[in-house]
Amino acid sequence: MQVKYQVEGGDFTSAGYASSQVKKLLKQLNVAPKVIKNVVVALYEAEVNIVAHAYRGVIEVELDPQKITLVLEDEGPGIPNIDLAMQEGFSTASPAVREMGFGAGMGLPNIKRNVDDMQLESQVDKGTRLTLIKFFNA
Amino acid sequence: MKISEVAKLMNARIVCGEHRLEEEIKHGFGSDLMSDVLRTEAEQLILITGLANLQTIRTAEMADIEFILFVRDKKATDEMVELAKENNLVVLETSNSMFKASGILFQAGLTPVF
Repeated sequence: MQVKYQVEGGDFTSAGYASSQVKKLLKQLNVAPKVIKNVVVALYEAEVNIVAHAYRGVIEVELDPQKITLVLEDEGPGIPNIDLAMQEGFSTASPAVREMGFGAGMGLPNIKRNVDDMQLESQVDKGTRLTLIKFFNA
Repeated sequence: MKISEVAKLMNARIVCGEHRLEEEIKHGFGSDLMSDVLRTEAEQLILITGLANLQTIRTAEMADIEFILFVRDKKATDEMVELAKENNLVVLETSNSMFKASGILFQAGLTPVF
């Protein structure tokens, strides 16, 4: 089963819509509440990252009986130094992002701690691709 | 502690979720930083926050937080209330500061999660 969502950069009103839809979907499939929370917290942080940093992006959700795979691909400035971006407390967020309650440099670490596998690839001035996997029985 | 008691102690306006006022909560967590909120794992928790925007409601939804107390007269917008109702959240508003609200609720028996 596959689902796709479009995300617009800068659109803080809609930020979280895709995560909300995925939460509803996982509930319908009777996935354990703890696992649902892990998935949607990671996805929500990643969705906010696209809204906060990129021009636009696509979220692809793939479900199979064992796991959920989330691929978030954006067109945007990219991440020049991924190791630095992964450090808790490091942030390049704008004041507008901080006003929304984000931008404290906790997003990527929060994503990592909620999933079983995280791959982050980025090209400066092109965009970023984030792949997340969470197993349902973990 | 019942949510109705929280509302009474805070002299709070009940914005939505009136039908859940007799439900019990055990923990409080105060933050304006949503990534911090997303790290909480407890159930029966009330979020005490001065950040009133749509992302506060979204964050509560993702973090499975069902009770929100806005402090310092921060008001939930119509859009926020609509989303809160959709998620069956209880939303309260108080004029107390985050410090005062937290102090009173701590003293009344709510426990921290970190």
